[in-house]
Amino acid sequence: MFSSIVMVKQVPDTANISGKVMKDDGTVNRTKLPAIFNHEDRVALELALQVKEKYGGKVTAITMGPPRASDVLRECLYMGADETYLISDRKFAGADTLATSYVLSEAIKKIGSFDFIFAGRQAIDGDTAQVGPQTAEKLGIPQITYTEEILEVNRNTIKIKRKIDGGYEIVESTLPVLITVLKDVVEPRPFSSKRVMAFKNARSVLDIEKLAEENSLLYADKIIHEYKEKNLLINTFTMDDLNLNIKRCGISGSPTKVHKVESVVLKGGNQIKINPTKEGLNNLVDQLMTDHIFG
Amino acid sequence: MDFKNEVWVFIEQRDGKAAEVSFELLCKGRKLADAIEGRLKSIVIGNDVEKIANETFRFGADEALLVDHPLLKNFRTLPYSRILNHLVKTQVPRIVLFGATVIGRDLAPRVASYTKSGLTADCTDLQISDIKYLGQEFTKLLLQIRPAFGGNIIATIITPDVPTQMATVREGVMELSPLEKSNVIKITRVEYKPDPADELVQIIEQYRENNKVNLKGAPIIVAGGYGLSTKENFKLVENLAHTIGGEVAGSRAAVDAGFISPDRQVGQTGVTVRPKLYIAVGISGAIQHRAGMQDSSKIIAINTDPEAPIFDIAHYGIVGDATEIIPAFIEAYKHKLK
Repeated sequence: MFSSIVMVKQVPDTANISGKVMKDDGTVNRTKLPAIFNHEDRVALELALQVKEKYGGKVTAITMGPPRASDVLRECLYMGADETYLISDRKFAGADTLATSYVLSEAIKKIGSFDFIFAGRQAIDGDTAQVGPQTAEKLGIPQITYTEEILEVNRNTIKIKRKIDGGYEIVESTLPVLITVLKDVVEPRPFSSKRVMAFKNARSVLDIEKLAEENSLLYADKIIHEYKEKNLLINTFTMDDLNLNIKRCGISGSPTKVHKVESVVLKGGNQIKINPTKEGLNNLVDQLMTDHIFG
Repeated sequence: MDFKNEVWVFIEQRDGKAAEVSFELLCKGRKLADAIEGRLKSIVIGNDVEKIANETFRFGADEALLVDHPLLKNFRTLPYSRILNHLVKTQVPRIVLFGATVIGRDLAPRVASYTKSGLTADCTDLQISDIKYLGQEFTKLLLQIRPAFGGNIIATIITPDVPTQMATVREGVMELSPLEKSNVIKITRVEYKPDPADELVQIIEQYRENNKVNLKGAPIIVAGGYGLSTKENFKLVENLAHTIGGEVAGSRAAVDAGFISPDRQVGQTGVTVRPKLYIAVGISGAIQHRAGMQDSSKIIAINTDPEAPIFDIAHYGIVGDATEIIPAFIEAYKHKLK
């Protein structure tokens, strides 16, 4: 029986940025971007589910983000996660990787004991690959990054094949350990239609509180209790639920600051246009010979 | 606040041989150290690696910190990070640079986490400048410049409030410029005390290919992008490269699509190259890609879309279908040079 925590992230779909998304000052209007489940994190969840199916145990998915990040937690439930946690507070906004890993590590301490933490190697909005190792450091546990394959799980150890520069290595770690995975390790399973039906109404505490605010006939505490009974509650940690130093959260806990952003301005060079004809290409080859590149 | 003016470069070694990216970073580190009127130190960790420490003086180091122990032969996260955590915490360098390799990206975040330092990944440029931020003046800050958000913006990151500024940089981004005369060797040995907590992860087996692709050294590179649509079409790029004696490369999109292996990816998250000739086929030219090839002496762009940003940095532009242009190009080359 192994207890796994999977760290997932909702990310802007940076691969599909259109003009509308860029503001006039060159910054990105995040609200205009479609939000998606970071692919490598989905792979991490798949790996955790496979470990559970093979060896038994429990899979808990957690995410830190705005209230709408509960979308990805519902998707975790659709795939097979047993339990989910949304970590969300305005005071966490603007966090860089250091402040993020601080809040995540405190949330994980509160969730309780675990054997594995799984996460994608990196998220596509920053490509930093830092939150995994930074969280492992704060929890004082080993890490195995760039995982390609889980070879063997024993009671107190795991054997993993991981990528290194120019090759691979096989390492064995004692548990607990934090594992980050590469995107091609396994194919994430599709949503189970049965689970979609079962969990499509799963809501976070924040969602429910908002609902209660909008309707004076509803009492948040009562609904939260009902959702919990029906196993539809996305557990929620806000600032007050965790043992946090506010100075280490959000913008104030983030040493890296964005000083300047520039939208990409192209130089526009002295380009020579070559016609895609036999003659044009002959001229090009001549030119490159003159430049001493060919010949 | 008064900070110590030291620039540190973590020297990465594999099988007792230093990684080239570490020497590139020393060269950049030398310039940064001069700009903050400080000293450049190389941090060498391994087993029997004094010769690597010696080498770092040729690339501008003023001093090397050497941690030499049989248990440190291969990079392992726990002992290496514990050593660096302690060194950075007690000696508080102003700047620490790591290669954005698998090792650097595994190690740097742990050290930044422990020492609560700022860390910026995959910088494409590093500069020193006085900065006014939120009404406050900061002198000689490290500007950490990198494309962000799918390459739609270039962000300048600063870490004004903490003692240590950290960054990772990909191989090839900084230029290798050894000193004409090596600096005087000054090695300070740092003792390593083994600890059971360092042994939680063991390496069972390691495999490395020797015939590593050397895109950086290639005078001619032919690179293909997602615009080629199929692996079949990508073969045209290989044919052209083969004909004109170049290396084959690809954009990230081409790698993601499985047209080409990741070790041949050019760009911010791949390799940075400066060949005599770079031919970009079916590559639109996102900033991350351009960051890895824009310093090529001559650039030829082949693309069906006349508006593709790649044309803005190309010296020669050909608008059209690569499946027709490449065979014709090969034909023209053979005709002229045979």
